[in-house]
Amino acid sequence: MAWRIVVGLLDGVKDARGERVRREIREHLGIEVEQVRTLNVYTVDASLSDAEIEAAAAGPFSDPVIQEYSINRPLARDFDVLVEVGFRPGVTDNVGRTAREAIQYLAGRPLAAGEAVYTSVQYLLKGNIDKQTAERIASGFLGNGLIQRWDIVTADEFDRDKGVRITLPKVTSDARPEVREIDLDVSDDELMKISRDGMLALNLEEMKKLQAHAADPALRQAREAAGLGSQLTDVELEALAQTWSEHCKHKIFSARIEYEDEQGNKETIDSLFKTYIVGATRDIRARLGDKDFCLSVFKDNAGVIEFNEDWSIVFKVETHNSPSALDPYGGALTGIVGVNRDGVGTGMGARLIFNTDVFCFASPFLEKTLPPRLLHPRRIFEGVVEGVEHGGNKSGIPTINGSIVFDDRFAGKPLVYCGTSSIMPRNLNGKPCHEKKVQVGDHIVMTGGRIGKDGIHGATFSSEELHEGSPVTAVQIGDPITQKKMFDFLVIARDRGLYNSITDNGAGGLSSSVGEMGEDTGGIEMHLDRAPLKYPGLQPWEILISEAQERMTLAVPPDKLEAFIQLAKEMDVEAADLGVFTDSGYFHCLYEGKTVSYLSMKFLHEGVPQMVIPAKWTPKALSEPGFDLPADLGSELKALLGRLNVCSKESVVRRYDHEVQAGTVIKPLVGVANDGPSDAAVFRPLFDSFEGVVVSHGICPSYSDIDTYHMMACAIDEGLRNYVAVGGNIEHVAGLDNFCWCDPVKSEKTPDGEYKAAQLVRANKALYDYCVAFGVPLISGKDSMKNDYQIGETKISIPPTVLFSVIGKIGDVRQAISMDVKRPGDLVYLLGITRDECGGSEYYEQHGELGSNVPKVDSAYALELYKTLNIAQRDSLIRSCHDLSDGGLGVALAEKAFAGGYGIRVDLDNVIVDGELRADKLLFSESQSRLLVTVRAENRDRFETLFAGQDAACLGEVTEEPRVLLSRGKTTLVDVDINILKEAWQAPLREL
Amino acid sequence: MAKQVRSIIITGNGTNCEREVANACRLAGSEVADIVHIAELLSGRVCLDDYHFLNLAGGFLDGDDLGSAKAGANRLRHASVKGSDENLADQLYRFIEAGKLVMGVCNGFQLMVKMGLLPAHGADFRTQTATLSHNDSGRFEDRWTYLKVDPASPCIYTRGLDGVYLPVRHGEGKFMVRSEEVLGQIEAGHLAALKYCDADYDAPIMDYPQNPNGSVNAIAGVCDASGRIFGLMPHPEAYVHRTHHPRWTREETLPEEGMGLWLYQNAVQFIRSELL
Repeated sequence: MAWRIVVGLLDGVKDARGERVRREIREHLGIEVEQVRTLNVYTVDASLSDAEIEAAAAGPFSDPVIQEYSINRPLARDFDVLVEVGFRPGVTDNVGRTAREAIQYLAGRPLAAGEAVYTSVQYLLKGNIDKQTAERIASGFLGNGLIQRWDIVTADEFDRDKGVRITLPKVTSDARPEVREIDLDVSDDELMKISRDGMLALNLEEMKKLQAHAADPALRQAREAAGLGSQLTDVELEALAQTWSEHCKHKIFSARIEYEDEQGNKETIDSLFKTYIVGATRDIRARLGDKDFCLSVFKDNAGVIEFNEDWSIVFKVETHNSPSALDPYGGALTGIVGVNRDGVGTGMGARLIFNTDVFCFASPFLEKTLPPRLLHPRRIFEGVVEGVEHGGNKSGIPTINGSIVFDDRFAGKPLVYCGTSSIMPRNLNGKPCHEKKVQVGDHIVMTGGRIGKDGIHGATFSSEELHEGSPVTAVQIGDPITQKKMFDFLVIARDRGLYNSITDNGAGGLSSSVGEMGEDTGGIEMHLDRAPLKYPGLQPWEILISEAQERMTLAVPPDKLEAFIQLAKEMDVEAADLGVFTDSGYFHCLYEGKTVSYLSMKFLHEGVPQMVIPAKWTPKALSEPGFDLPADLGSELKALLGRLNVCSKESVVRRYDHEVQAGTVIKPLVGVANDGPSDAAVFRPLFDSFEGVVVSHGICPSYSDIDTYHMMACAIDEGLRNYVAVGGNIEHVAGLDNFCWCDPVKSEKTPDGEYKAAQLVRANKALYDYCVAFGVPLISGKDSMKNDYQIGETKISIPPTVLFSVIGKIGDVRQAISMDVKRPGDLVYLLGITRDECGGSEYYEQHGELGSNVPKVDSAYALELYKTLNIAQRDSLIRSCHDLSDGGLGVALAEKAFAGGYGIRVDLDNVIVDGELRADKLLFSESQSRLLVTVRAENRDRFETLFAGQDAACLGEVTEEPRVLLSRGKTTLVDVDINILKEAWQAPLREL
Repeated sequence: MAKQVRSIIITGNGTNCEREVANACRLAGSEVADIVHIAELLSGRVCLDDYHFLNLAGGFLDGDDLGSAKAGANRLRHASVKGSDENLADQLYRFIEAGKLVMGVCNGFQLMVKMGLLPAHGADFRTQTATLSHNDSGRFEDRWTYLKVDPASPCIYTRGLDGVYLPVRHGEGKFMVRSEEVLGQIEAGHLAALKYCDADYDAPIMDYPQNPNGSVNAIAGVCDASGRIFGLMPHPEAYVHRTHHPRWTREETLPEEGMGLWLYQNAVQFIRSELL
């Protein structure tokens, strides 16, 4: 039978969660609720005794000091409307899983399959609320209809004896496993219908390739010998669709592009990825010669570089945009725990050391009616932040670097970038740890979580724009604890040499992980019915492609299998032997002994036809605005500091544990009150060495509206500038690119495809040019190419956005530099030259303008400056250093001052300028490669000698008096108290 | 071997801070600082009896899914050790009765309080009389806090200290008690060894954010009457070197050793003089 245990706080105990929900309902929906209280409900569907249920309720389910509970009777009282929110069948219920385990410990026996605990929350709303309003609250904030369901009961309707009716969200299915054959010998229209209806996301050319493949007589013979018919099975079709998806195969980056520039010059680019990304790294590595510090690039789940003689650093950044648009919490949580598996699944395995996160949202204060299926940006903000918080904090990985970029076009699709770094020994049991190879005969072992219907078609879904039929099953909820337990186990298994290879199960599930590992040996034989399932009723093809979380696939040699399974069992981690890696040349899957897939490995991995994409660059006719010099530049500065792209993100940063593992040396928040904005993070991963990892990033989508070439160049420079600001060594640094684009393939839906494709080409050209010029190899990356929203006539495309992440080394963390000014009397220097470059700037945006003078990067100039800065840092000449980015010199000076708690007095006539600049442009131009440093007065000569011949100008000094005082000669331009500036900077997102 | 200070740090099921706690133990002079997965203890291959100093480190046991450390406390109480007829809890109580040291940090403190190990009035280590619940802010927060030491406390970890500066990193750190009587016992026995205070370590403080969670009487750390069993929400293992300090780049006179290390040094010192 099912029991219902309700747990609530005792009278007089503050309900912090209820209070927060009340505030959020007001903020999100503008509905005033007098009071919100919350109750936890555990619905136990298991055969247990009264005494056992009582023990569970009184023990693990409630806290005797502050809570009360009731069994099969309601606790709810004193409310006007009750809303109970629970999960839909099959959605991951982490609390329910833990509750089930707790009962097993209590009862001293395992529960039977199908016996479960389901959790829900009752919100007791008090105030003038009718049912309709309650429905708005439930659907608009408390629940997400995709994954949750709710009951709404008014006080009058409420059954005081029985409470809310019991709902058991049990997955029930009497579907018999069956394998369908799909007839591809049909018309083109029918082919496309098969692709669309099956959520395969394959285009006509690809479908025709499958058609031809199925019709090949030689193949038919081989298939028939294996016991299959002449038509492809659903298992095979799904495996092909996953493997060939944009998400997995990066078809746009591999396409042949016919590019034409503004002068009519034409060129053919055979794969952007190979030409510009792999090409840049290849050329840089050749130039570095024996100083090459790259160990493993592009071939594994993440990139690997040298850290020191004994250790290597692994880095990867992923995006999880589409799922986060549908379920911000689950999407973001899955994003972070998913990228963690990339870090662990690189080489023979690595230990996670930190996370990074960058989000692109529309304004949380957006006051527009949104088209259907889009969640309000505030909900996205809240959900994503909480998802990354739970993913990172619960996994014990510090989140040490990130940012939030705002542009209202991100209402169409939010961008959620999740990065992770891990550390591995250079050598493991005598072999390089960053290498791995499956051997013929190794067992295919899946470990971690079980398989359910969650995440089916995630890879193909994210290869499309967000539309009406976007599948619910694409949403998954991660479980950081199950994953953590698995990682604890895997690191021991690695050190004991119990496997030959490892990879994660992400997009495409087993189909991708086993398929890719099988490339080492040239074949696989996998029994799908041996995979552990969350519940019965899954079809073989669903088992193959489910993206259920927390799973890794390993290649375990036969003589280690028993030890591997035994260790897993002891550490309470699931591990299942699914078959073997072979050299048969075939992707051979069976179900209950019968062949359900027999695909040639070569066709699976190399069969996808190359796309051809037209691209034509036509620069937009843009011009500089003509507005007058504002009278009060102090007010302009204050307003800039309060803009969403500039203001403090402290409320978010504090929600992330940025110090666990005790290695964060330069934290995200620095300065006299621990609240100034760090440029980058410095992390010390080893307790017995002072060497550190430095991580930073650059991102500037606003420049894309002028020219993506310079957007890319600026993102690279910004990432490196932040990196050197804290002391990162410019000669030991790698980059990682994450492209998020709107669909660049010309079609009916995308008539401006040629322009968008040209934008993509230009960004790639800059990526090559600047990485090579700076000597920064790219080690890994990812692209997400369908960030559009299209329902009906409404189309929203995101601005082309590249996150350029930077990772490298500092020889001694004790030489790291923070951005806050340190002492009055220190001299303020500006490194770099200031130009008339306000195009795409925050300042122009503040005036409703775009402009045309986008900032440009002179890499040789910048590189020399950064190298010299590194020397000055090592010579202890630099007391503080801060990069200039959004809001230019004015914002950087203000941030430096209030972070340090002192004033700054500066004469702007000392700024080194290219030509003549109006005062506002001098203050707010976003010219690149500029940094503000402070230097002790007694070090003036040494500092200036070091920078002789470069642009380093002394602008003024740090003052005891807490004012930012900016003049031009005798004319005062800005004179504002630092506390006023700080308040303007802190206020906007403080309450979020 | 005989003269070794032996520390154990339990890990598994969501514990996160085991490595830095082990590092703190080693830096404080503990010759042995073993990180032991709970599966090792449950298999019977490792036994608490072989150690002097038990560390329950921070993290999210079982995701704190049933409330912080609730499921973890349930496991410790009920999980049996293979090849014996005892539960892990029996080993733990024997450890305490032997006069050995237990320190729980953050999730470890939550675990201790919810098992009834603290404040343990009348040496009753089995009845829960206090709890750690959701911060008043309703949110997880990472922030540094000033902590005032009660010089009259029996706590052996804070001996000789006036105040320490340490980070808190929790969503459920609000210390609450079952009754005024329990609070009275804590205060009368000087069991609240650490309280959130102002930046000059003058007086306990109830205002946010100096008191980051709204704990009653600003209580941040509690020991039992013996002073050997101790738990605290702030993380001493997170400040064992000057570069851990959030303002180390601007405060030039910071000593190399961080303030958190002092707590571990006191523990090791105590073991050397009393238990070896």
